[in-house]
Amino acid sequence: MSEVLKVPTMADMMAAGETPDILFWVGCSGSFDDRAKKITKAIVKILNKVDMKFAVLGVEESCTGDPAKRAGNEFTFMMQAMSNIQVMNAYEVKKIVTGCPHCFNTIKNEYPELGGKYEVIHHTQLVQQLIDEGKLKVEGGAFKGKKITFHDPCYLGRGNGEYEAPRSVIEKLDVELTEMKRSRANGLCCGAGGAQMFKEAEPGNKEINMERAEEALALKPDVIATGCPFCNTMMTDGVKYNDKQDETQVLDVAELIAQANDL
Amino acid sequence: MEYIPQILFLIMLVVGFGLFAKSAARIRRNILLGKDIDRSDNPSLRLNTMLRVAMGQSKMVVRPVAGTLHLIVYIGFILINIEVLEIVIDGLFGTHRIFAPVLGGVYTAAINFFEILGVLVIIACAIFLYRRNVMKIGRFHSTEMKGWPFKDANYILIIEIVLMTALLVMNAAEANFPDDHRAAGPFLISGMLAPLFSGMGYETLHLIERACWWAHIAGILFFLNYLPYSKHFHIMLAFPNVYYSNLKPKGQFNNLESVKKEVELMMDPNADPYAAAPEPDPNAAPQRFGAKDVQDLSWVQLMNAYSCTECGRCTSNCPANITGKKLSPRKIMMDTRDRLEDVGAIIDLNKGTFVDDGKSLLHDYITPEELWACTSCNACTEACPVNIDPLSIIIDLRRYLVMEESSMPAPLAPVMSSLENNGAPWQFSPSDRFNWATEEA
Repeated sequence: MSEVLKVPTMADMMAAGETPDILFWVGCSGSFDDRAKKITKAIVKILNKVDMKFAVLGVEESCTGDPAKRAGNEFTFMMQAMSNIQVMNAYEVKKIVTGCPHCFNTIKNEYPELGGKYEVIHHTQLVQQLIDEGKLKVEGGAFKGKKITFHDPCYLGRGNGEYEAPRSVIEKLDVELTEMKRSRANGLCCGAGGAQMFKEAEPGNKEINMERAEEALALKPDVIATGCPFCNTMMTDGVKYNDKQDETQVLDVAELIAQANDL
Repeated sequence: MEYIPQILFLIMLVVGFGLFAKSAARIRRNILLGKDIDRSDNPSLRLNTMLRVAMGQSKMVVRPVAGTLHLIVYIGFILINIEVLEIVIDGLFGTHRIFAPVLGGVYTAAINFFEILGVLVIIACAIFLYRRNVMKIGRFHSTEMKGWPFKDANYILIIEIVLMTALLVMNAAEANFPDDHRAAGPFLISGMLAPLFSGMGYETLHLIERACWWAHIAGILFFLNYLPYSKHFHIMLAFPNVYYSNLKPKGQFNNLESVKKEVELMMDPNADPYAAAPEPDPNAAPQRFGAKDVQDLSWVQLMNAYSCTECGRCTSNCPANITGKKLSPRKIMMDTRDRLEDVGAIIDLNKGTFVDDGKSLLHDYITPEELWACTSCNACTEACPVNIDPLSIIIDLRRYLVMEESSMPAPLAPVMSSLENNGAPWQFSPSDRFNWATEEA
């Protein structure tokens, strides 16, 4: 398990005269948040496992600007977006995989008009492709027969219409995939989107992540699967608040796959 | 003297449609107070979406009970109105059931079909009234639904029941006419109602039949003129509203051109920092970042407001609203419409020009607290049966708050400066960004 991760940077690649097939966009959460870093590493382990020729931007990466834009700060968003686009265009990036639906949405949808045109996929989509192409074998392993429910991230699901990739990946684990009443297009937000992650919620009678965590916990799942580092944080908090962390784990789809493969 | 009913009918028709045209022109003028936005792309996909969502009611049936009942009223409304063509011809030319001899059996079948629809419409409207007034379904009783919005819904349902009843009673009275006076029928449903009027003389029956005939057409014209003052105007705007709705991924927000230009200039290493600013175009409208008032919104956003039926599906799916926060996407749309109506009234009062009344959509109608509660999750846009986009308004108002008023919830300020200085929402050094790769796995 302490095997060293192979994480080439775009700068390394360029110095060696090589071009990666895909850029792994790590995101702020995936770079700095201790919990989310585990998701990042799980994604890298999968990429290493299939010998994917990938690279990251490393210190040259910066926030996509998503929180600024959703908070209404178009100036800060534009500055982030344009400098990121400059960096990526300089490296002639063609294809990007992200570990976060917010980065995915912003780069895929909002960067093209600003000169950043790339093929962008979310890591759950990439894992699904790898499985479909036979490059990644997935067996249940530790998760065989376990009850798992998937919480749709708004910016992957409703935001971009991807509901099936994470589910099809989870189903490969021979698990019991059970759905919450509010799922897919009808899914309930974790409460972190639209820059809510970085502020107190407005007064109400409940926190959104509590409402969502309770809905998930009502199914008594072994795992609440997520596809977004922010959803992961919000669900983890909700599970802890309900003192259910011994019964229910919150894991990203990438972590499920990595763990099932003993990566 | 024998032409008096025809003349009265003609006057009623002209006045009815004339007043409606005036109201429609007012609403059109109000909608066009919004900024231009290009929604002329991809006509085939737009048409397709309109046929599926507006005509096919695909998003209505997500909630099967309300969806099915709505479908009945919708089909009834469209089909039964075919009969209005005959009513208009009869009214203008003093004829009676002019299509009956021409169409023969087809006519009987058509009227039978309309009668069945009519009964279904009455039943559906009665259930709708029951749901609103007796079952008190939550989304019809939120704070923004007090007063007029609540009464409006009841008025609409009652008018629809009256219109349908008039049609059935008219036919039932005629069913009792002596054979040589009856132009058509008896029909299925009115035939069953006919015994209610048996034993009445022809004069009385004729009076009832005429009264119902006039009540029906006058009711339709009244209803037509009620629409522009009611949420029920959606029957006019649902189709264009869906046609011009957002076809892009819901997660995609528009990029502000004005901001883009400034940032490009800032980032251009060749830009001369001492160059004089380019002469501003004297005819250009003053540019605001984001939206403060309805004139800063696009015409699509303003049309959205007039298309809203206040069904509350957006609000009942809104995570902020579900957890007791003040945000209600429906209220955002109702406030936008109310403000637009107020702005329109000021323009009418001042012979075509808007005079600042010291109010604006932001603050006076919609508060920052509502706006900041939004998670931008798109549950509201997904739920709306006519593809209204409250989120775009929320974001445009947030943009004004942040970029023009420099006002945002306190914890967001350090986040913004971190983004600018460190390239992350947290205060981590950009040079530590890649540390994860070398930490223990």
